[in-house]
Amino acid sequence: MAAPPAIAARGLVKRYGAVEALAGVDLEVAAGEVFALLGPNGAGKTTLVEILEGFRRPGAGEARVLGEDPARAGPAWRARIGVVFQSAGFFDVLTVREVVAHFASFYPAPLDPARVIAMVGLDGQERRRLKHLSGGQKRRVDLALGIVGDPELIFLDEPTTGLDPEGRRQLWAVIRQFAALGKTVLLTTHYLEEAEALADRVAIIIRGRFAAQGAPAAIGGREEGRATVTFHPAGRLAEAPLPPLPGLERLPDGRVALATAAPTRAVAELARWAEALGEPELPGLEIRRPTLEDVYLRLVRAHDAEADAAAALPAGGSA
Amino acid sequence: MTGSRRFARLALLRLQVELLTFFRTPDQLFFTFLLPVLFVVVFSTIFSGDIQGPPGEPAVPFPQYFVPGMIASGIVSVTFANLATGIAIEQHEGLLRRLAATPLPRSAYFAGKVALAFVTSVLIVIVILAIGVAAFGVSLPREPAKWAVFAAVLFLGAGSCSLLGIAYTRIIRSAGSAPAVVQPPYLVLQFISGVFLQYSVVPGWLQAVASVFPLKWMAQALRSVFLPDWIGRDDYGSWQTGTALLVLAAWFAGAAVLARLSFRWSRGQG
Ligand SMILES: Nc1ncnc2c1ncn2[C@@H]1O[C@H](COP(=O)(O)OP(=O)(O)OP(=O)(O)O)[C@@H](O)[C@H]1O
Ligand SMILES: [Mg+2]
Repeated sequence: MAAPPAIAARGLVKRYGAVEALAGVDLEVAAGEVFALLGPNGAGKTTLVEILEGFRRPGAGEARVLGEDPARAGPAWRARIGVVFQSAGFFDVLTVREVVAHFASFYPAPLDPARVIAMVGLDGQERRRLKHLSGGQKRRVDLALGIVGDPELIFLDEPTTGLDPEGRRQLWAVIRQFAALGKTVLLTTHYLEEAEALADRVAIIIRGRFAAQGAPAAIGGREEGRATVTFHPAGRLAEAPLPPLPGLERLPDGRVALATAAPTRAVAELARWAEALGEPELPGLEIRRPTLEDVYLRLVRAHDAEADAAAALPAGGSA
Repeated sequence: MTGSRRFARLALLRLQVELLTFFRTPDQLFFTFLLPVLFVVVFSTIFSGDIQGPPGEPAVPFPQYFVPGMIASGIVSVTFANLATGIAIEQHEGLLRRLAATPLPRSAYFAGKVALAFVTSVLIVIVILAIGVAAFGVSLPREPAKWAVFAAVLFLGAGSCSLLGIAYTRIIRSAGSAPAVVQPPYLVLQFISGVFLQYSVVPGWLQAVASVFPLKWMAQALRSVFLPDWIGRDDYGSWQTGTALLVLAAWFAGAAVLARLSFRWSRGQG
């Protein structure tokens, strides 16, 4: 029997006046999974995450997080959950050590505060007051407070925004460490490489709806869609006419490119062509799948175009 | 650990952090302690004369009259005003949200706040009394019964005003506006409750308004501790100490209900 999912939500809707922040979202995150939410500003990521944390009430739909309704769950449930808000105030006059130790004291089985401070890269800053920390250092305090309770499930809302590259890597290491212990992570991010590096699955949320969902390598048809084969003909290959493959074109920089749904066949034919000319290798051969960024931008642009078209319709058109 | 031991431990940890925060915030220290001290010094210096009694009774120096009122007002400041302002700021700056995301019970948060209010109340009483006695010759009561009244006013007054402060955060809409929303009613109450002047000077209809709120009763009961009975007769008809304590106890209970009903743990989102 499979373990129950850490997060299961169905038909979540949240409206703010005329804004539909969530327009019917279904989400299931398995225990032990790292799940990343991507999406433009205002897409509804924070709204979704905070409903799952129990800080906002959905207008419709239902959510179960670690088997409980987040809107009603009590302290025992909170003890199993870690939260890193997109933004929250700071206890300005307390030191890093005081704050982390204070929060640790709320949990039944916290991590050692000194270790947590080291994990987020704040060693050496323990005695400084929060108001004297830099923006990125404060973000690290947020992270420390999110993990110090040793939660089973961590919500991270744009955890690496404002972190320097090393800080980002440190956080990635922390997330991987948690994931390796079988813990569940739900994070939002604007860094696609971050989602790709960390997540088992990602969802792209646009205007309150999931536009795509899947493993980062496969999302949006990355594995099935058209791939681009390129190589750089040199020597005899440069002089010979190209083989008659449809779509083959010469790029200004001298390379040859082919966008195709059947890249394996294309490479085989190109190899035969080269071999016939006495060249065993295709110089500079690359097969490129669309990146997560390509997929993301394609989806966002498609939705923007759709929205523009809808806005151009006379009043009374469906929203 | 049993529930109540865990609660006590967490409330104590909260108090510790509240005290650290309080004493590391110089602005707050200034307004909390220096302002009442300044008032005592300035008023006692300006009105250095005596209040004349009926024939046969010795006159009462003005500081002896002013200090108990100032103690009442100081208690309201560190309970009602400080809690309402402090909690509203924590609420609107998202600090409360951080705590709400942890297993810390809400009750422990409030226990920490109210405990802070009690500790600072005791401190402000000591500071004002020390200045009154050392600089302005205020004389302390000798009868244990009077000290018992003092303790009862301190307890009931600090308790009810703390809870009122918690309830009052409901109408504070942003961190920045907190002092502006908290100070005016407190200031007005100080005047109409006769803290800065003799209560008998306050017009009757304003006395009626003041009688609804705790400050008037706190000042009155504390004056009964420090002043002879003829002042009670002149100013209030009589000291009405029993009534004062009953009113404060009623406020304590009512404020507890009010705080419970009106407080929102986290705000600014739906
Ligand atoms: N408390 C609120 N009151 C009114 N509107 C809100 C509120 N919270 C969010 N919204 C609106 O709901 C939409 C979704 O906001 P949300 O914060 O969830 O976006 P997001 O995906 O987290 O964006 P970002 O990447 O900028 O953090 C936005 O249009 C926002 O303006
Ligand atoms: Mg957000």
